[in-house]
Amino acid sequence: MAEKQIKNYTLNFGPQHPSAHGVLRMVLEMDGEVIERADPHVGQLHRGTEKLIEYKSYLQAVPYFDRLDYVSPQNQEHAFALAVEKLLGVEVPERGQYIRVLYAEIGRILNHIFTVCAFAMDTGAMTPMLYGFEERELLMGFCERVCGARMHMNYFRPGGVSYDMPAGLADDIHAWCERFPDVLDDIETLLTENRIFKQRAVDIGAISAEDAQDWGFTGPNLRATGVPWDLRKAQPYDVYDRMEFDIPAGSHGDCYDRYLVRMIEMRQSVKIMKQCLDQMPTGPVKTTDRKVSPPPRSEMKDSMEALIHHFKLFTEGYRVPPGETYTAVEAPKGEFAVYLVSDGTNRPYRCKIRPPGFTHLQTMDVLCKGHMLADAVANLGSLDIVFGEIDR
Amino acid sequence: MAFSSCRKRSSEPEPCGAKPRVRVNNNGERREMDLALQDLGEYIAAALPQEVLDTRVSFDELILTARREAIIKVLTFLRDDINCQFKELMDVCGVDYPERENRFEVVYNLLSLTHNNRVRVKVSTDAETPVSSATAVFSAANWLERETWDMFGIFFSDHPDLRRILTDYGFEGHPLRKDFPLTGYVEVRYDDEQKRVVYEPVKLTQDYRTFDFLSPWEGMQAQLPGDEKAEDG
Repeated sequence: MAEKQIKNYTLNFGPQHPSAHGVLRMVLEMDGEVIERADPHVGQLHRGTEKLIEYKSYLQAVPYFDRLDYVSPQNQEHAFALAVEKLLGVEVPERGQYIRVLYAEIGRILNHIFTVCAFAMDTGAMTPMLYGFEERELLMGFCERVCGARMHMNYFRPGGVSYDMPAGLADDIHAWCERFPDVLDDIETLLTENRIFKQRAVDIGAISAEDAQDWGFTGPNLRATGVPWDLRKAQPYDVYDRMEFDIPAGSHGDCYDRYLVRMIEMRQSVKIMKQCLDQMPTGPVKTTDRKVSPPPRSEMKDSMEALIHHFKLFTEGYRVPPGETYTAVEAPKGEFAVYLVSDGTNRPYRCKIRPPGFTHLQTMDVLCKGHMLADAVANLGSLDIVFGEIDR
Repeated sequence: MAFSSCRKRSSEPEPCGAKPRVRVNNNGERREMDLALQDLGEYIAAALPQEVLDTRVSFDELILTARREAIIKVLTFLRDDINCQFKELMDVCGVDYPERENRFEVVYNLLSLTHNNRVRVKVSTDAETPVSSATAVFSAANWLERETWDMFGIFFSDHPDLRRILTDYGFEGHPLRKDFPLTGYVEVRYDDEQKRVVYEPVKLTQDYRTFDFLSPWEGMQAQLPGDEKAEDG
């Protein structure tokens, strides 16, 4: 039979594809079933967050951060709160710092459960999703009990956190921490040595440590290439310097290593949560500087000054001295940073959000080249992409 | 020192009067870090006397101002020098200062995993003058520069693929410029007769109110309904 010439063709992946993790449109240039070039088109979820923040007071900007990476909202708030505190020169009371670290780790587990299970589902495993989401529900219950909202918490504010933990919550979180590793064991027995899962993940989308750094990788994706880099250790913020935990590092930088790193990180997060609960002192949870954080309602009933402070804070907000800072936190997806420029008014002059997923997604072309079409889904799932933060 | 004439080193306290961040537990550590950053800044400035215009440390962060034409040289030096090793480009972004002659600042945030350091490099440009693309130095710059182009209209020369990235296909204007209105110029809706999404100029039923919080007395600045009569009469 005569050889036939097959021309390359382009294939639209998304924006309504169930494995596109939201609204990704990817134009794939295919040679048969092999990907020659991947061109992600992002921006379908662009809401102009940075522009909106420029027109809002500092306190009004916090909820926008929940809506970036909506899988782990509190970690984004954390970066913004730290940046504003840095410019203001405000000190957060110890209990506030411990609560923040506790909830940042809850956010990490929320995120990693979602990523690992969604990745598993993308590669054909349904059951981990069902196990994992039960735990996510419980964790979101803890979020609800502390601030009233399950997802968009608006809880970490510049100066501390908005409320103290209610009675009994610490015990319940502790009990959950004791139980959760068993669930992780269950998920691991389903996935880690699963032949189908390994066929879909091992040696797929591998990237070397040098390339990963060149492409601006951070977080679990960088650690999977064998670089033990974690901002919680390297540039600790809040009380992370008092926590004892290990940083997992992979060796191949492929999808399977990215999965393994996340599984180990969840166990380490449980360890940090337990330490937080054990060491947490009593005391105020937000700064008592009334120019930054509002007074308690009881005080407003009989103090004129407290009433004025409350009024000024919720109409005008506070003014932040001129200056600029680039403040980063180790969000579950990688380095999430806020480049905040203040001009001395009550609104940020410029608030650039640096989402980790943005730089990760742009490597799709490098990761997918030469792989099969189905591997694009595995790569996407293992990179941990959420469009809220990429499109902003 | 030959290079010190053209450069001002701001070791004096922050002009803004911001309180230095005081941490009870690691105060000493912070001051050491400040000094180390100061040294690093001096080292970079000495190595690139023509290219680096200004170095300063504020909020424990090292900030370099570079000449626009030399940005590739500065970034390459920062990446490859043994004492810098800033292998990761974390962020490229623009900042708009309409009152300046060169209205845009392009800000590069670099991270060194080896030395656990960060540095921020700034260059200034205007709406016409291109900045050399950093994609040859850091691959990560590709999308970051596309975003900066999209949001500010800062042109990057020699960029392999300088398309818009976050805004709509066929979008006009650069939304993060200070003179771009918050609402934009067009809005979309689904037109049932044409069976497609149509673009229309933005119609606001009520104008946005602007509050002037800098004056202690006047909360609202917009003209109140009826005020124009007083002026006319």
